[in-house]
Amino acid sequence: MKHTLSVLLQNKPGVLSRVTGLFSGRGFNIESLSVAETLDSSLSCLTLVTSGNEAIVEQITKQLHKLIDVIKVTDISESEYVEREMALIRVKAENTTRAEVLRIIDIFRGKVVDVSPKAYAVEVTGTATKIQAIIDILRPIGIKEIVRTGTIAMARAPKK
Amino acid sequence: MNKITGSEVIVQCLLEEGVTTIFGFPGGAVIDLYDTLMDSKVHHVLVRHEQGAVHAADGLARVTGDVGVALLTSGPGATNGVTAIATAYMDSIPMVILTGQVPTPLIGNDAFQEVDIVGITRPCTKHNYLVNKAEDLLPTLREAFHIARTGRPGPVLVDLPKDVVASMIEFTEKKPIRMQNYQPTYEPHLGQVEKACKAILKAKQPVLYVGGGVILSNSNEELTVLAKNLNIPVTMTLMGLGGFPGRDSLSMGMLGMHGSYTSNMAVAKSDLLIAVGARFDDRVTGRVDAFAPHAKIIHIDIDPTSISKNVTVDIPIVADCKHALAAMNKWFSTSGENLQSIGDTHNAWIETINEWTKKHPMTYHDEGETIKPQFVIEKLDELTNGDAIITTEVGQNQMWAAQFYKFNRPRHLVTSGGLGTMGFGLPAAIGAKMAFPEATVIDVAGDGSIQMNIQELSTAKQYGCPVIVCILNNNYLGMVRQWQELFYDKRYASTVMEVTPDFVALAEAYGAVGFRCDKTSEVKETIRKALEAVKENTVILDFRISREEGVFPMVPAGKATTEMLLV
Ligand SMILES: Cc1ncc(C[n+]2csc(CCOP(=O)(O)OP(=O)(O)O)c2C)c(N)n1
Ligand SMILES: [Mg+2]
Repeated sequence: MKHTLSVLLQNKPGVLSRVTGLFSGRGFNIESLSVAETLDSSLSCLTLVTSGNEAIVEQITKQLHKLIDVIKVTDISESEYVEREMALIRVKAENTTRAEVLRIIDIFRGKVVDVSPKAYAVEVTGTATKIQAIIDILRPIGIKEIVRTGTIAMARAPKK
Repeated sequence: MNKITGSEVIVQCLLEEGVTTIFGFPGGAVIDLYDTLMDSKVHHVLVRHEQGAVHAADGLARVTGDVGVALLTSGPGATNGVTAIATAYMDSIPMVILTGQVPTPLIGNDAFQEVDIVGITRPCTKHNYLVNKAEDLLPTLREAFHIARTGRPGPVLVDLPKDVVASMIEFTEKKPIRMQNYQPTYEPHLGQVEKACKAILKAKQPVLYVGGGVILSNSNEELTVLAKNLNIPVTMTLMGLGGFPGRDSLSMGMLGMHGSYTSNMAVAKSDLLIAVGARFDDRVTGRVDAFAPHAKIIHIDIDPTSISKNVTVDIPIVADCKHALAAMNKWFSTSGENLQSIGDTHNAWIETINEWTKKHPMTYHDEGETIKPQFVIEKLDELTNGDAIITTEVGQNQMWAAQFYKFNRPRHLVTSGGLGTMGFGLPAAIGAKMAFPEATVIDVAGDGSIQMNIQELSTAKQYGCPVIVCILNNNYLGMVRQWQELFYDKRYASTVMEVTPDFVALAEAYGAVGFRCDKTSEVKETIRKALEAVKENTVILDFRISREEGVFPMVPAGKATTEMLLV
C-alpha cells in the first residue's frame, strides 16, 4: 500500500540526510520526496511517498519521529487529502504534430513554458496518475526530456 | 558581560553537567581545549587509542549511569572512535563525544585531518552536531547532554571546529531545556497499566523478560518487587543481567541463543510474556514466529520504535520502565487482590520450571586437570560473591561470563551486547575502575579480543587503575570456530591463532603482573593470587582452557529457541 507522509522538520543543514539515511539504512522504500520551507522559515515540510504494509509504515512513522530534528509526522493518506505533482516535459512539436500537442496540453490544462523550432516544453500539474497519463499520451509523439517533482500533499480541511 | 574562550566554555559546561573524568587523545584540532583542560578540575585520562577512550567513557557510563565523555581530535582521531560510538549506540549508553574539527573556513576543502564525522556518525549516534557558530557552542553542549541522558539514552557527538573553540563567548546561565521536537514519554498510560495488570492476574504461566532498559532506568528494585509479589519467574537478556538477582530462586538466567534451557522453554510455554526494557533482538527470539507462540505480550519500553518492531505486541506501554513498573506495583497494592494467593497460583508453573532446570541445568563436562572455562567463571563468581564488576570481550568468553557469573546487582556486567565489539572489555574495565576505585573489576577476555585494545594496559598503569584481565585462552577465535565446527563442516578458516603473544611476558612488558594457569586444581589459587595482586597492579591471567570447548545451550541461527543444542 502506498502512503503519503507529511513530515515537519527543522530547516537546518543535514536534516534531509538524516531522513534519507534512515530510509536507506533500514531498507525502507522512498517513492518520491519533496521538501521546502514552510510559512515559518525555521521549519520545512517534507512530503514523502512510501509503500509497505501497516507494520512497516508504523515503523517508518515512529523512526521518523525518533529523529531529534523531526517535529511532526502525519500519514495524510489515512484521511482525505489533495496531492499534486508537477512535470516539465519537452515534447517534439514539428509542423505535423504541433496542433495535436497543443490539444493534448489543453486537455490536461498544461502550459507551454518554452518554445523552440522543434519542441515545446510543457508544464503540467496534477496527481501522479494524471502526470503519468499525459506522459503516456505524449510518448508516441516524441518526448525528449522529462523532469518531475515528487508529490506534495495536504490534508483536506474539515468540512465544517 | 565577561567573555571567555570556547575551550573554557566547554570545560565549564562539563563541570556544570557533573563530569569529573573524561577520556581522550590529543591532536592539532583540539590542542586549545587540551591547553585549557590542563589547569581545570576535569580529570583527563590519556588513553592509547581513541577507540579505547570512547569505550572507557562508555564503561564509566554503564557502571554509574552518568554521561560518559570522550574527547578526540579531528580526522583519524574521530574515525578511530567510530566503532566505540556505534557500540554505545547499540546498547543505549549515555555519552557525549567531543571531536575536534578543522576551522570553519576550511570545512569542505579536504583540509588536513578533515573528515565529515557528523556524516559518518549520523546512523550510530542518538544525535550529532557540527557547531559552526560561536554563539551556538554552549546551547549545543547543554542540549547534547540533555539528549544523551534522557529518554532512551545514547551517544551524542559534538563536532567542534577549531576557530569556534578559540572564539570569545559569553557563558550564560543554564535554563531548563525544552525542546519542541524532543519530549520522551516517561509516564505510562494508566489505562494500559491497568490492562497489563489484569492480564497478569489472569495468567497461569507468566514470564518476565527483562532487558537493558531495566538497568538503564535503574528500575531493578521495582522489577524485583513485581516479580516477588506475584511469584513470576524472570529471564534476562545479556543486557538485562543484574536487573534481577542472579541467585534468586525466581531467576532463570539468560535467554536466547546461548540462554538457559529453562529460560527458552519457559518463554516457549508461557501464556503471558512481560517484556520490560527489552527489544526482541534476533539473538533472543531465534525464529520470530516460534517465539513465545502461546503468550500474550506486554511490552514496556520508552522507545516507541522498539514496540512491535520484530514481534507484534498485545499490550504496549510506552514509558520509562521505572515509572511503568512502579505504576503496576501500585495498581496491585491498591487493587484489593490477595497477591500471595495470586502468586500461589503460579506454583505449578514454577514447579515445571524447576523440573526443566533439574533436567538441563547450566553445566559442562568435567575434563580432569584440563581447565574448563565455565569452571573459571564459577570460581570467579564464588571468590567475588557475584559482586565484582565484570566487563567482557566478545565471543565464547563473553557468553561463559554471562552464563556462569551470577550477577547480584545491576551495572555489574559491562558488555558489548548489540554490536558485539571485540576489544571492548579492557578499556571499559578501566572506565569502570576510574568510576569505582574500590571495586574489583575483571575483564573476562578471549585471546583474540584482548589483542584488539591491549595497548590500554599502559593507560591502566599510568593512572594507577588496576584491573584483572582474565583470558580464557583457547588460542582460537573460539566463537567463530564453534560455528565452523557445527555448521561449516569443521573447516576452520582463519580461526586458529597460530601466533599468540606470551601474555605473562606481555603483562610484564606493560608493567603489570601475569600468571599462567593450565591445571584445574590451580584455578582457584590463581584467582586468589590475582585478587590479592590487583590491589597494587593490573593482573593478566592466562588460563589455558580446553581448546575446543563450545558454548551450550546453543540455538542455531534462524531456529526456534526450543531447538537447542545441549551440552
Ligand atoms: C571487532 C570484531 N571483529 C570480529 C568479530 C567477530 N567475532 C565474534 S567472536 C570472535 C572470536 C573472538 O575470539 P576470542 O576473543 O579469542 O574469544 P573466544 O570466542 O575464543 O572466547 C570473532 C572474531 C567481532 N565480534 N568483533
Ligand atoms: Mg579465543
